[in-house]
Order: sequence, then C-alpha cells, then structure tokens
Amino acid sequence: MGYPHPPHPKETVVLSKYFGDAEARTFDGWVKRGGYEALKKALGMTPDAIIEELKASGLRGRGGAGFPTGLKWSFMPKNDGKPHYLVCNADESEPGTFKDREIMRWTPHQLIEGCAIGAYAIGAETCYIYIRGEFTEPWKVMTAAVAEAYAKGALGGNVFGSGKRIDIVLHRGAGAYICGEETAMMNSIEGKRGNPRIKPPFPAQAGLFGMPTTINNVETLSSTSHILTRGAAWYKGLCLSNPKSTGTKLFSVCGHVMRPGNYELTMGFPMKDLIHDLAGGMRPGRRLKAVIPGGSSVPIMTAAEAEAALCDYEGIVEKGSMLGSAGFIVMDDSTDMVYEIWRLAKFYAHESCAQCTQCREGTAWTTKILERILRGQGKKEDLDLLLDLSDQMTGRTICVLSDSCAAPIVSGIKKFPEEFEAYLSRAKAPALAAV
Amino acid sequence: MTGSTHAHADAPHEPVFVGKVREQLDALFPKYPTKQACLLPALWMVQEARGWISPAAMAEVADVLGLTPAYVRGVATFYTMYHLHPVGRHFIQVCGTSPCHLCGSDDVLKAILKATGCGELGATSADGRFTVVEVECLGACGFATPILIDDDFHDSVTPERVAGILARYP
Ligand SMILES: Cc1cc2nc3c(=O)[nH]c(=O)nc-3n(C[C@H](O)[C@H](O)[C@H](O)COP(=O)(O)O)c2cc1C
Ligand code: SF4
Ligand code: FES
Repeated sequence: MGYPHPPHPKETVVLSKYFGDAEARTFDGWVKRGGYEALKKALGMTPDAIIEELKASGLRGRGGAGFPTGLKWSFMPKNDGKPHYLVCNADESEPGTFKDREIMRWTPHQLIEGCAIGAYAIGAETCYIYIRGEFTEPWKVMTAAVAEAYAKGALGGNVFGSGKRIDIVLHRGAGAYICGEETAMMNSIEGKRGNPRIKPPFPAQAGLFGMPTTINNVETLSSTSHILTRGAAWYKGLCLSNPKSTGTKLFSVCGHVMRPGNYELTMGFPMKDLIHDLAGGMRPGRRLKAVIPGGSSVPIMTAAEAEAALCDYEGIVEKGSMLGSAGFIVMDDSTDMVYEIWRLAKFYAHESCAQCTQCREGTAWTTKILERILRGQGKKEDLDLLLDLSDQMTGRTICVLSDSCAAPIVSGIKKFPEEFEAYLSRAKAPALAAV
Repeated sequence: MTGSTHAHADAPHEPVFVGKVREQLDALFPKYPTKQACLLPALWMVQEARGWISPAAMAEVADVLGLTPAYVRGVATFYTMYHLHPVGRHFIQVCGTSPCHLCGSDDVLKAILKATGCGELGATSADGRFTVVEVECLGACGFATPILIDDDFHDSVTPERVAGILARYP
C-alpha cells in the first residue's frame, strides 16, 4: 500500500496491509491480525521442511541481488556444532529505496516473526538486525516491539514453549552506505570499519564472528511468515509473467511523480501502470523522460524502455536494466540527466570504502570529470574517458559498489548523448559555476 | 598521531562509562561473543552523553573494550554519523541525493542555511544553536525532502516549513 495513500485496487496487499495502522505495531494488535501463527507453525516443522517450502515458493532476496532465499538457507552447514547467526539487513541506503523503513515503522512484528522463522530454519539462536543510524523512528518502534516480543514469549530462551532459544539484537549503524553490503555489515557488527571482505569464504561457511551466517533483507524475511501460513503454492501463484519471479514486492516510487510511495504488486506488473496510474504519473504538462528502477545502482531506462517493461527480475533485464532493490527513481522532461548522473557519481565517491584502487580512484575521477562538464569546461575526449574509467570500474573490485557507480554513467552516455553534447559544445549554459 | 590529538583535548575528560551508562554497556556484553562488537554502540553512548566524541573519550572506550585508542579512532572515522568535533546544540542533516534533488532539496537546504544563520555547510551558527550538513540518501525518498534534526526525522520538508520546524529547537 502506497502509504500515506490508500491501497490502490491494482495492488496485491500482503506485506503492506497494515501500513498506517498504529495498532498493528503492538504485539496484541499483530496477533489479532493473524501474527505469530506462522512462527508457531514453523516451530512444529523441521528446519529442512521450512527450507523446502521456501524453495517451492520461489521467494528471491529483496535486498538487490534476487538470490533464491530457500537455496541460500540450505547452504548453512548442519550439525556442525558451531553457533550460527542470522543477520537482517535493515541498512536501506540505496537511493530511491524506502520500503524497509515502512515495514519496520508499521509492522515491526512482521519482521521479528520473519527473523525468528529464519533463525530457527538455519539453526541460529541469535539474529542481529542492523538498522542504519539515520532510521531513528524505525529504531524506536523496533526496540519497543522486540521488548514486547520477549515479554510475550515470542523471543528468548523458550520461544512459545518450544524449548528453542531465539534472541534478536538490534544493532545501530552509524552512517555508511557500504555497510549494506553483506560482508561489510558483518565487519561493522564486529566493531570494525565497514570494509567488504573478499569472498570466498562465503558467509554460510565463515561469516559473522567467523561462524556460519545467513544475511537477508528486511522485506525478504518479512515475506516468510506469509509463505508459511498461506503456502508455497499460493506464493508461487502470485506471478504475472515469468515463473522465476514470484510473490508480491514493494516497489518504492519517488522523484517526479504525483503520488510517491510504496506500491505492493504481484511480480510482472506493467511498469507503465505503476508509474502513470498508481504513482499518479507526471506533474501537469510534463512527460516521462527516464527511470532508474533498481535503486540508483542499475542502468538508466529511457521512457520507452520503462513503459514497455514488466516489473520483475527478468522483465527489467529484458529492457536493459535490473530490478535491484526496486526503488524507482522517476525523472520527467525537466531533468538535467548530466547533473543527476553527476550527483549519483558523487554519492558513490562519498560512499566508496576506498579499499580497491579502481573504485576509490574511479568514483572520484568520474565525479570530477562530470563536474568539469557541468562547469562548461568539458573536453571532447571526456565521454571516452568516462566510458574508459567505467570499464575499469566494472567487474574488478571486491564488491559491486564500483560497478554501481559505472552503471548510470555508461547508460546515461549511451541513452542521452545529446545532453552531454549540449554541455561539451557550450550550447547549454553551465549548471555549476566555473572554478 | 594519537599523542598529538590528546594534546589538543582542552577540558579534562570526565569518564562517560560510570553509573547508568556503564550499566547500559554492561548489559550489552552478553549479546555479543566479543567485547569489540560493542564498539559502535559504545561510541553512540559517548555521543549521546557528550554531543561529540573527543580523543579522550575514544581512549576511554578503548580502555573499557580492551582495544587501543588508535584502533577506536580508525573505526570512528569510518562512520559519518560520529561527531569527532563539537557541533551546534542541534545537528541538522539534509538529504541531497538525486531523488531528493529532483524534488527540490537544494531549495530546502538553502532555506535551512539561511534560517539557521549557518551560512555554509558544516559550520556552526554564531549562537551555537545549529550545525547543518548535507547528507546522502536518508532512505525516505518518497517523502522528499527528509531532514534529521538530532534524533527527529522530519518528512516532506519544503522551504516554507523550515521556520516552523526550526522554532521547535531553541
Ligand atoms: C554496496 C552495496 C550496498 C547494499 N546495500 C543493501 C541494503 O541497504 N539493504 C539490503 O538489504 N541489501 C543491500 N545490499 C545487498 C546485500 O549485500 C545482500 O545481498 C542482501 O542483504 C541479501 O539479502 P537478500 O538475499 O534477502 O536480498 C547491498 C549490496 C552492496 C554491494
Ligand atoms: S568496490 Fe569500492 S566499496 Fe567495494 S570494497 Fe572495493 S573500494 Fe570498497
Ligand atoms: S534521496 Fe533523499 S531520502 Fe533518498
């Protein structure tokens, strides 16, 4: 539901059903709405049976990469005698994405229940929920909800009388986009700088504190309770196009639309309807120019590509981009593409952890060159230089932050060359003052 | 490095981890298999108590967690939300990343810089009341422009709303 907007008839409201409903924040309110039934059911199942159910549902990670969740959980070793950890990724810092915030603000118990199910399924007694430092309100809501869940026996040493221990610890970030990357997050929880780690070893072998670890996004974990209560077949049936994309997904829409918000849609929903109908379309007299659909880390789509695309993992790839975290940044014809691409490059330059040369230097240099172009001091060779740098930044680093910076630059130059040319030929007045 | 920064600490350091704050930290230890994992929470506690994290406070954190001051400094400097210098009584963070920029965050930032008297980013107003910084995406892009004042999140801020919001922060 596109809170604060009422649900749209074309939405399939599962995760967002109680957004805006303050009573759903409380333990009793959540139970009244069917909450914690899934956790009780899970505790009566074997971990393997839960994992099989998730595999059958087709649920894929909602944090960005879309990795099948059941398969990820099945990588955890069995009977190895080591402590296992679940980490819930609530760092949500990808520009354009603001769905996990609403899940935590409105339905904290939905997330707690999902975390408890996940922890049980992977043999973990502790789940750390890493909440970005700026999310002060979600932090307060989650803190109260976790305390209530302990008091009511949904967490602690004997969850709902099952004899199982499940603890949830909230861990506050402190301002670093890179800590959303899974291994950087583990370092951050361990009290280190948030530098991503070289893989292998993968988290399922040696993750948090060197122990087998699974990490999942807030929305991914929140989906699990619905799958357990309503069944894998129901979830798999929520699919409008490609059977590899199932269930509902929260699509955050922001930028130049009349009704920005989180819309919950069945996978495969037409992007055209999402933008022009649900999100209210452009402001009067404006036309759609471009969309970045996956948060800012994916290629830019032209209006024509966006309007022809179906919103699922495969549908967006087919039209030249990626679903990513499904944060849709919508731009109308008043947008200066060069400026916005520069602003994104600046974001990545600021957030690079600086371990890898290609990323540290590449994000800084691309930002400088784009700045030079915007100052009206660009050179003819600058586009080639940007493409060359972007090439060096792609597929060569410890994590994909570097690739993420290159994606909007390369696609922007390819799809909107005339906007770069206008600055380079001095036909357009500089957007930034010369230095 | 740490030696020279110690020399700059002006006021004598009053320990942070005593009484209630110490209890708060002690309550965290059993939640993690290592003491080091309490580093980010401990730094938050210092900032909450003192408004910023001084070199002497870092040394105290190092001491209670069994780390070295240099290590603590190395970690603290990685994270943008820790204040390593004193800031104004109220700390204002304004989102400036593309999605908010599209929706006019530049005008909001300008209005805030003017109304607070800060003039420029990172500066503290002459009366010591405000410090304003531009930050990257606050995870609330559908509610442009979001700003954080201390621990309060304000959604959908426009230049017109700025004066009314700031009036709540004497
Ligand atoms: C630079 C970078 C930032 C990321 N930020 C986030 C984030 O804020 N939230 C998130 O859930 N995943 C983020 N991810 C993806 C995580 O590394 C990881 O794939 C995800 O949390 C796995 O959960 P899932 O399988 O449930 O999607 C980021 C990845 C990279 C490379
Ligand atoms: S790609 Fe960038 S952010 Fe990722 S590890 Fe390398 S330097 Fe750090
Ligand atoms: S870009 Fe401003 S909150 Fe995301």
